[in-house]
Amino acid sequence: MRFETALGRLWRTAVWAFVVFFVLNVLAMISTVVINSLGTRWLGTWLPAGWTLRWYMDAWHRFQLDDVLLVTFEIAGAVVVLSALIGVPAAYALARRNFPGKSIVLVLFLLPLLVPPITFGVPLATVLYRAGLAGTMSGVIIANLVPTVPFTVVLMIPFIEQIDPRVEHAARVFGAGTGRLFTRILVPLLLPGIFAATLLSMVRTVSMFELTFLTAGSSSQTLVVALYYSVFAAGVRPGQSIDAMAVIYMASTLIWLIIALRFVDPTQIVARAKRSRAD
Amino acid sequence: MTILSRDFRELRLDGISRRFGAQNALEDVSLTVPRGEFVALLGPSGCGKSTALNCIAGLLQLTDGAIWLDDRRIDPLQSEDRGFGMVFQNYALFPHLTVRRNVGFGLEMQRIGRGEVERRVDEALGVVRLTDQSDKLPGQLSGGQQQRVAIARAIAVEPPVVLMDEPLSNLDAKLRLEMRTEIRRIHRLLGSATIYVTHDQEEALSLADRIVVLRDGRVRQIGTPSELYRRPIDIDVAEFMGFRNALSGTVVRREGDTVEVDCAVGGTIRARVVDPKTGPAVTVAIRPGDLTPGPDGPIVGEVNGLEYRGESWFGTATAGDGQELFFRSHMSIAIGETVRLDAPEDRVLAYDRAAGAAPTSGGGR
Amino acid sequence: MSVSSSTTGRPARRLSLAQRLAARDLDAVTLLVVPAALFVVAMFVYPFLYGLVLSFHPKEGDALANYTTFFSDPYMYGTIWLTLRLALPVTVINLLISVPIAMRVRHMRRQRILTTILVLPITLGTVLIAEGLLNYLGPQGWLNRTLITFGLIDHPIRLVHNYLGVLLSLVITGFPFTFLLTLSMISGIDPALEQAAATLGARAPQRFRRIVLPLILPGLAVTFCLAFVDAFSVFPSAVMLGSPAGETRVISIAAAQAAFEKYDYSYASAIAMIMTVIQFGFVGIVLALRGLFYKGPALGGKG
Repeated sequence: MRFETALGRLWRTAVWAFVVFFVLNVLAMISTVVINSLGTRWLGTWLPAGWTLRWYMDAWHRFQLDDVLLVTFEIAGAVVVLSALIGVPAAYALARRNFPGKSIVLVLFLLPLLVPPITFGVPLATVLYRAGLAGTMSGVIIANLVPTVPFTVVLMIPFIEQIDPRVEHAARVFGAGTGRLFTRILVPLLLPGIFAATLLSMVRTVSMFELTFLTAGSSSQTLVVALYYSVFAAGVRPGQSIDAMAVIYMASTLIWLIIALRFVDPTQIVARAKRSRAD
Repeated sequence: MTILSRDFRELRLDGISRRFGAQNALEDVSLTVPRGEFVALLGPSGCGKSTALNCIAGLLQLTDGAIWLDDRRIDPLQSEDRGFGMVFQNYALFPHLTVRRNVGFGLEMQRIGRGEVERRVDEALGVVRLTDQSDKLPGQLSGGQQQRVAIARAIAVEPPVVLMDEPLSNLDAKLRLEMRTEIRRIHRLLGSATIYVTHDQEEALSLADRIVVLRDGRVRQIGTPSELYRRPIDIDVAEFMGFRNALSGTVVRREGDTVEVDCAVGGTIRARVVDPKTGPAVTVAIRPGDLTPGPDGPIVGEVNGLEYRGESWFGTATAGDGQELFFRSHMSIAIGETVRLDAPEDRVLAYDRAAGAAPTSGGGR
Repeated sequence: MSVSSSTTGRPARRLSLAQRLAARDLDAVTLLVVPAALFVVAMFVYPFLYGLVLSFHPKEGDALANYTTFFSDPYMYGTIWLTLRLALPVTVINLLISVPIAMRVRHMRRQRILTTILVLPITLGTVLIAEGLLNYLGPQGWLNRTLITFGLIDHPIRLVHNYLGVLLSLVITGFPFTFLLTLSMISGIDPALEQAAATLGARAPQRFRRIVLPLILPGLAVTFCLAFVDAFSVFPSAVMLGSPAGETRVISIAAAQAAFEKYDYSYASAIAMIMTVIQFGFVGIVLALRGLFYKGPALGGKG
């Protein structure tokens, strides 16, 4: 910020050094996975002996990744669409109305985000087994909706709050009914927010291990669960194939995250909520 | 730990500059502020006045120049070693500390004994007349009271220089007038130097002993309020000081510092030049309050708006070439009527058209 | 005309139900919240209550049999300690590294790039990070190799399939989340507050301790809770990177085993309830302590 003392400079350097160290380690960790998936043989050296794409072919057939990917995106797609359809209207009601019991409803939506999935996943899986839904696609979709619906609601509230209600009043004055208000005014204005919520829900669902693990059957496994099982039962399978699968999984989440980050700054979500309250 | 006592003669800015990348926010500003003086830095937003204040406070490093307190050079010092008091625009009160702890913060930093801190906090709170609110949190106070706490906090450390950054801009009109009187009173009581940043020329005129007009990071004029009010040095400063009418014209006759100007809008008006080298192409500046209808008024316009302001009416009129005129009238005039406008010679100033920016009507405030 | 006559005709008419509800902000728009709320009740609250009831109906024994079994078997109740031994240090470490980094990052121009990099591990998910660390930290991995090259160690140190491996993976997965929350809290503090403190003679450490820290403490408490709860439910990395039968046999492993290896859903639910109680217990303690701090806006100025 300004003139620094020697001690201040030392401290600053130390903090940055740590950041660099952390980031380097994370990147190195990711790189090992990528390199291993591309190497022919990698034993006791810095880099593999040669390069090949054969592990991707191997993983694709061995783990039936075409099926797994299809299932993953079917599930993720259904979860994303459903959570937007259920979540956005709820967020609108919570952003615009001050009904009695609103705080209880808010807590209701916050709880599934705060309670770790493995904690509520066990009883949820039990209920789904009793209902005959466990192991099916619908079961996995329902389980994944439990955190994503509240996630969409909580993420959308600040987006909706920042739209001046007078815009809506103006639309009503000019004769727009509730339906047209939504389709003509709100949805276009909220599109960036909905888009961000959708993408982040997508990332969450694709990378959600615990809930899918607890509720999926062999035909409704997503990529991340398949990856877990293959690591768990490693030894009989070449490690390179597992890493090839890991790279495919990584790509399938990162794409969405990178797109999402173009539209929403993660720190802004909280800050925006704060600012809109301060106004 | 305050290394600087209140016994000083003057604060001196010696050609200070501050660049942000390629942009010069402050360029070669020199100013000497003796003890006891109240100086206002005045200018439109973006003129560099807040940058200047932050440089003096030590919140921004200089890119060139030096700051001296008597014969001690203070610009290499960090903010916390300068011992100046500062009042921030949004007060910047510590929201988690009571009024008393806020005011005592600077003293606690100096590791002064508890009893002494208490005594001086009480004194500072007494000065701003807030003794009975001392145990509240800032959030529980009104805007005006928060303002007083901010002042008390700045003066409790008994600083040689008090810096104020648009302290009244968040208050409503009535409170602003009240606090203006208060700030002036406190300044006289302390006898320290005060540097006050504002964009409101009325505030600067009423508070300051001396006003520094800044524009584009440079000093345009330094003078007493009445010098600035009566003889702004160039057309920009004039516009900023309320000369809303800026008419281009040509000097046709000259006697000492009085000139006769043929205006582009038609008509010849007598004016004074501030700079003797002015002319022949000039811009004539007149305050709306000085331009009034008269039977022989040289400037003719068609009235297109009039508003009542109690003592008189203020109107706008369009001259033949489309130039907008701002004038004052003692009686109502119908819209669409033609007026002849005139101004007393000593209230009309002529500036070199080449020197200042191109005349734009209605610019400044 | 007819409208005015009908309203003036019955001056003392009582308000309709719709009008009375609207006065309390309950109208058609409010109903939009119902589907989402019903879903959460049906798929979150109900299973929870179901699990709670189920946990008192064990396969055999009295109502409390599941709980007595759990707390009389050291192999079971020991998991609580094993989990806490991981979750508490992880949470504290993440907070301790997040605060200084956030303090620096908030002044940065190109915050977004760094935030994006730091957020990466969230999306990678626990499974991928566990797999990556298995390679990276393994005896033949780059880390051990680097340390040997620099002569810091003679033999590869054991970093996976033990406590340390799980701890490191939890730090990596938990840090981004802690960091983001901390950064948004610290960015929310008006920079003028610190400037004011500086003009009053406070040095950087004093400004942090007297101004910034008290203002973010309530938020840090909440962050602590969230990060702790998250770390406490560690599952995949404890299995993949730890020794799931030994020193990282965390409580969620016990729950999963009960459900999927013994098919004893009642017992599994009981373990889930015990997890919940412990998590909420910690959250309760931390939030109670938080009540002691200033909780108003940290924005300064007009409160």
